[in-house]
Amino acid sequence: MLAINYRGPYRVRISEKPMPKILHPEDAIVRVTRSCICGSDLHLYHGMVPDTRVGSTFGHEFVGIVEEIGSLVTEIKVGDQVLVPFNIACGRCNFCKQGLFGNCHESNPMATAVGGIFGYSHTAGGFDGGQAEYVRVPYANVGPTVIPAGMDPDDAVLLTDVVPTGYQAAEMAGIKEGDTVVVFGAGPIGIMAARCAWFFGPSRVIIIDHIDYRLEFAKNYAKCEAYNFKSMKDPVVFMKKTTDWYGADVCIDCVGCEAVGNTLQTLTGRALVQAGSATALQWAINSVKKGGIVSIVGVYGPPFNYVPIGNVLNKGITIRANQASVKRLLPRLIDHVQSGRLKPSELITHRIPLEEAADAYRIFSSKLDNCIKTVLIPSTK
Amino acid sequence: MKNNIDFKNIPGWGMDADPENEPTYPMKNYTGDDHNRINYERASQQPINVEILQSTERPSPPVVFGTSVPPTGLSGKIRRYAFQHSEDRYRHWIPLILADRINMVEGVIDDLKNGYIPDVFAERGWKAEMKYNPKGVAIKVLAMATVCTLVWWSIKNKAKSKSFFNV
Repeated sequence: MLAINYRGPYRVRISEKPMPKILHPEDAIVRVTRSCICGSDLHLYHGMVPDTRVGSTFGHEFVGIVEEIGSLVTEIKVGDQVLVPFNIACGRCNFCKQGLFGNCHESNPMATAVGGIFGYSHTAGGFDGGQAEYVRVPYANVGPTVIPAGMDPDDAVLLTDVVPTGYQAAEMAGIKEGDTVVVFGAGPIGIMAARCAWFFGPSRVIIIDHIDYRLEFAKNYAKCEAYNFKSMKDPVVFMKKTTDWYGADVCIDCVGCEAVGNTLQTLTGRALVQAGSATALQWAINSVKKGGIVSIVGVYGPPFNYVPIGNVLNKGITIRANQASVKRLLPRLIDHVQSGRLKPSELITHRIPLEEAADAYRIFSSKLDNCIKTVLIPSTK
Repeated sequence: MKNNIDFKNIPGWGMDADPENEPTYPMKNYTGDDHNRINYERASQQPINVEILQSTERPSPPVVFGTSVPPTGLSGKIRRYAFQHSEDRYRHWIPLILADRINMVEGVIDDLKNGYIPDVFAERGWKAEMKYNPKGVAIKVLAMATVCTLVWWSIKNKAKSKSFFNV
């Protein structure tokens, strides 16, 4: 079968790889019909995530058709069209039982801080991902969800990560009616977080980035205010000023470890003196009001980052963060999509054959051709 | 030192507890199971047929794990060293980053050994870059050519001045 083959920072190619096999009675094999490149895949692509081994296949956002099931799989059957949450979750451990499907304790031998994730380095379990023709899906009774009849597969594929992560970012922010919400980052997750923030009743949603075409898209899609921080002398002062010198009620970091905008953060991040630059998180902490909430869904590497933790203490800030718990959120989000309140597929700007994955990564990474979201489609489908 | 005190007899134990004060809700639906620690029902173990490096912060492998790209070569040796240390330590993460970079070179060597010359131009997606950002590509090529010319010129001049003094 064809699959992405990582060769080192900024280098991927498509190779023939062995077909995945059932390795556990609760496994399934899924024939991939659509697979997205996620903003967090770029951290792998750029060589930012430790233990990303040459030969790995990326891809944690995918939908497909069940091709084969293990002897103990009862919840899905061969031929079902399924969307597969990016978290690999057992459904039995204490974390899964409490709804923390992104923190499963039974899917990652290599690190205790993160649960298993498809195609996201050995730090996240060493699983091959869905940017391939076929993929092994462990715990097939828990994660894979049959796509409701009539749902656009382009909407379904974004329900595996982008929509739940954006929604949970807003949910964790504890938004109250009338609040001012500031979202850092106008990538797919930031745009979705800004759109989902409205479900919780704020009076203002502001999105900050430095790429004009994405800000324009966010303004229209998420019906929010959009500002380019490059046009500001100091984004934190701007945020204070625009909230009557009070600070935003909540700030959401949807950028993670490759933020720009602060030279010291960028230089130390690029030199891997810290786990990428934490500019967005620094701005979020310094822009939120005293007693405010900072919600983090931007991905950071496992080691260490420079953040103004003293200000967190002195301002009494609550920080809430997690990998999205996709399975917990799916029923609510499927309802939002089916009712037409959310149309995630509008984020997709590029549909590219799997065979051209190297170009697709470059387009997404360099933000060429006004790219917002890229979907890879295996040619045999 | 372990203290076997009956904590429920401590004056005031639990009297200010507020079950509504659950800062992680609704992200987490608190059930109290956390106090059972890792004593929950597990599925059967996936057979361990490949080398799995395991965090020192857990007592046993999880039920399932990925089997892609087991550790090999020099990078594998470094990864094995890294996994002797906990996720808390620099000596876990820095060697892993070093191993990743060495692994990249090993990948090129493996390609050549297998008679495959990697098409770095295609792997880096330069076709797309040229299509959508020709100006940027031209600037990069020009900058690279300038740097190469300067390096060549300085080496040439160094050689010239050396031969002058030798005479």
